[in-house]
Amino acid sequence: MKNNFGILAYGAYVPRRRLQRTAIQETNNWYAPGLRGAAKGEKAICNWDEDVITMAVEAGRDCLQGIDRTSVDAVRLASTTFPNADRSNAGIIKEVLTLRDDIAVSDAGGSQRAASSTLAQALSNQKKSSLVIASERRLARAASPAEMAYGDAAAGVLIGRGDVIAKCIAQHSVSHDFVDHFRASGAKFDYEWEARWIRDEGYLKIVGDAISTTLSKNDIDPQAIDHVAIAISARGVAPRLAKAAGLSVDALVDNQISTIGQTGAAYPLMLLVAALERAEPGEKILLASFGQGADILIFEVTGLMKKMSPRLAVSGWLAQREVDTNYSRYLFHRKLLDVETGMRAEGDNKQPGSTLYRHRKSVMGLVGGRCAKTGTVQFPRSEISVNPNERAQSTQEEYPMAEIPVTITTFTSDRLTFSPDPPSYYGMVDFEGGGRLMANFTDISPDGVEVGQEMRMVFRVKAYDNQREFTQYFWKAAPAPKGDR
Amino acid sequence: MARGIKDKVAILGMGCARFGERWDKGSSDLMVEAFDEALADAGIDVSQIDAAWLSVAFDAQNIGPSGIPLAMALRLPGVGVTKVENYCASGTDGFRGAVYAVASGAADIALVMGVEKLKDTGYGGLPVRTRGTSWDMMGVTSSAPGNFAQIASAYRAKYGIDPKDLKRAMGHVSVKSHDNGVKNPKAHLRKKIDLDTVLNAPMIADPLGLYDCCGVSDGAACAIVTTPEIARALGKKDLVTVKAIQLSTSNGWEAQSPGWDGTYFHTTRIAAKKAYVEAGVENPAKEISLTEVHDCFSITELVTMEDLFLSEDGQAWKDVLDGRFDADGEIPCQIDGGLKCFGHPIGASGLRMIYENYLQLLGRAGERQRKTPPKLALSHNLGGMPFQNVSAVAIIGLEDA
Repeated sequence: MKNNFGILAYGAYVPRRRLQRTAIQETNNWYAPGLRGAAKGEKAICNWDEDVITMAVEAGRDCLQGIDRTSVDAVRLASTTFPNADRSNAGIIKEVLTLRDDIAVSDAGGSQRAASSTLAQALSNQKKSSLVIASERRLARAASPAEMAYGDAAAGVLIGRGDVIAKCIAQHSVSHDFVDHFRASGAKFDYEWEARWIRDEGYLKIVGDAISTTLSKNDIDPQAIDHVAIAISARGVAPRLAKAAGLSVDALVDNQISTIGQTGAAYPLMLLVAALERAEPGEKILLASFGQGADILIFEVTGLMKKMSPRLAVSGWLAQREVDTNYSRYLFHRKLLDVETGMRAEGDNKQPGSTLYRHRKSVMGLVGGRCAKTGTVQFPRSEISVNPNERAQSTQEEYPMAEIPVTITTFTSDRLTFSPDPPSYYGMVDFEGGGRLMANFTDISPDGVEVGQEMRMVFRVKAYDNQREFTQYFWKAAPAPKGDR
Repeated sequence: MARGIKDKVAILGMGCARFGERWDKGSSDLMVEAFDEALADAGIDVSQIDAAWLSVAFDAQNIGPSGIPLAMALRLPGVGVTKVENYCASGTDGFRGAVYAVASGAADIALVMGVEKLKDTGYGGLPVRTRGTSWDMMGVTSSAPGNFAQIASAYRAKYGIDPKDLKRAMGHVSVKSHDNGVKNPKAHLRKKIDLDTVLNAPMIADPLGLYDCCGVSDGAACAIVTTPEIARALGKKDLVTVKAIQLSTSNGWEAQSPGWDGTYFHTTRIAAKKAYVEAGVENPAKEISLTEVHDCFSITELVTMEDLFLSEDGQAWKDVLDGRFDADGEIPCQIDGGLKCFGHPIGASGLRMIYENYLQLLGRAGERQRKTPPKLALSHNLGGMPFQNVSAVAIIGLEDA
């Protein structure tokens, strides 16, 4: 492989709310006391207005920090929990990130290896730069081991030519129709076979062989691997695999179970990004994923790693932590608990497709207008400028506003209007450099907000049309992440 | 500025239905109730009405589209009925239409009816509704208290007011209106409350608690207007004439450009200034005898005192606490209980305000009659939300005032 093709950047997103596993266990102990052993740590959970798309957007934004967005040739989105079965999910990401129109988009699903296989494919096509994002938000039945394990998150890497921070030096895949668990199309929950069989016949044999084969075929000394990212969270399996392959157990990347949870199709990329965050130039990373076979990828970090723009990535988002003990809210937000929502929730959220397409740049991309004559910024764009001092017509140029910081000018916390996460916070936010928006707020902590507080625009679910099963998205204001990027 | 309509139109008669939870009455019944009173007051026959306006805000909730429901309810003799929907300012805007028709000479006698039947929604507060397919994609699905509560957040931040002090001043607004509503037999809420009740009530939209919000009511109110000459020819002696009606509509400046700081109503200031010029009022704080303002929420009434130039900017909360706008204060506000207690059947509210001012000017307000005889009375009718609204100011007065 040519030296200047590989990973150009990475990013991640972890939802702020961290549900305490003890809160799950305390409610379900009457039924499943056996889960007490799993009731440790916390898992990252989506707010009601987050899904695979919105998390992928955040991971994509993080990944594209400091990168010219017109350089992206493809968006490859991997998940087993896409909101849409027949509407390009990656196509939505393209619109939201205001990428070029003449790019390729594709969705990859069907297996826990969806992301690692997509990454391998993107690395094999040196003609295109690909934004590869994995995002997952799985459902699990109450009082199940899966409920304890599963967490929500997204991670992404930009593959292409240029300032490569890590190049792929080996890749290998095997495929077996090994049904450790499955979920039929349209089904809500996974069905899982016995853990001991999965461990012995699946993880240790299939993944073990794949790791050894990759190392030996490429003449890579196992002890030269500095970061071992094995996307298998079953207790003790990753160390056993490492030992068997001659890899250093100390090189194992933290499995994120106590902080985020098992993030499904996003899991391999979550571990890879965590490894990239810590890796020094010259170090090697081995990534192993499992799902009806295995993908093994080995990367070598370059000196350009130090030049990459700062970003939050896994560690940065992990720090944006809101301890959550509200298990019933979690069940409600996953539509696993029927909560009385009242008549105010009965409104029809029908979305005319023609209206959405006409306004797609405003709605999906938060693209406003800037008057070429006066510089007045406004949202949304309009034929005649809002500037009262200069009646300019047909002068507005597209002006992307999603990455501009905003501050709160007015706000309230409303207990009357329907919100799945009451009270509903909203208010007027002003964009740095002009433009303002009456916006919903989201992810507000119990401390609330104040006039003048800095916020950050985030792409979220606006409403669900439950009658026609369509999801409306728009931008909301969320507290600006704390700490340095 | 245009020459205006001062003293060109007189109010011949007015009527107002009892406001409240009128479970047994539909919108037609409410319109008839208000119309019977107005027609008797005017002393004319229905056949003398040349044109009519119908104000209603939530037509999908009650009477449906067009002017037909008014024509049918009153069996109007084939005259043109114009339907007016302009948020909560619909009532005053309908009044404007009828007054303009008379002022222009197009009609000798015109009718305006405002009505709203809100208690068929199944829940309290205003109905949730669409604002159009484009807006719905980007706008906040807010509640009315949530929209107006935001004024308080910006107001206390700008003037450095302790939230508790502002909350107390807001509380006084509501306590005062409850005191006044007790004396009004047509009012929806006729019960005194104390400040602690207001302060300890459940929060609706921070900082607005239950008693900072007006309820929604069923009701109707109407006016019959004509020229002063015709009014006199019909035997009227003490005439109440229209001095000014001004409407200002947000054009997106507050919502989209950074000039507005969220502490006041831009449109009200525009409408008030124009109305004072039209009415020849130079010093509103000295010349306006009493006011009915759009107190949908306590904070709205409070800052409106500044927007009408009756209080200095940032001082209204102190003037409120000083009792300046109490029934026995310098410039009474909501001497009839206001939206807070008389009630708020949206389309009727602007006309209800004018109705009260009309009664007060003629000394017909009964137990709640202002002792100092009023000469000029202002009504302020606001629709929408602080950042995007329709504001209407009407001034009526004795003919020689």
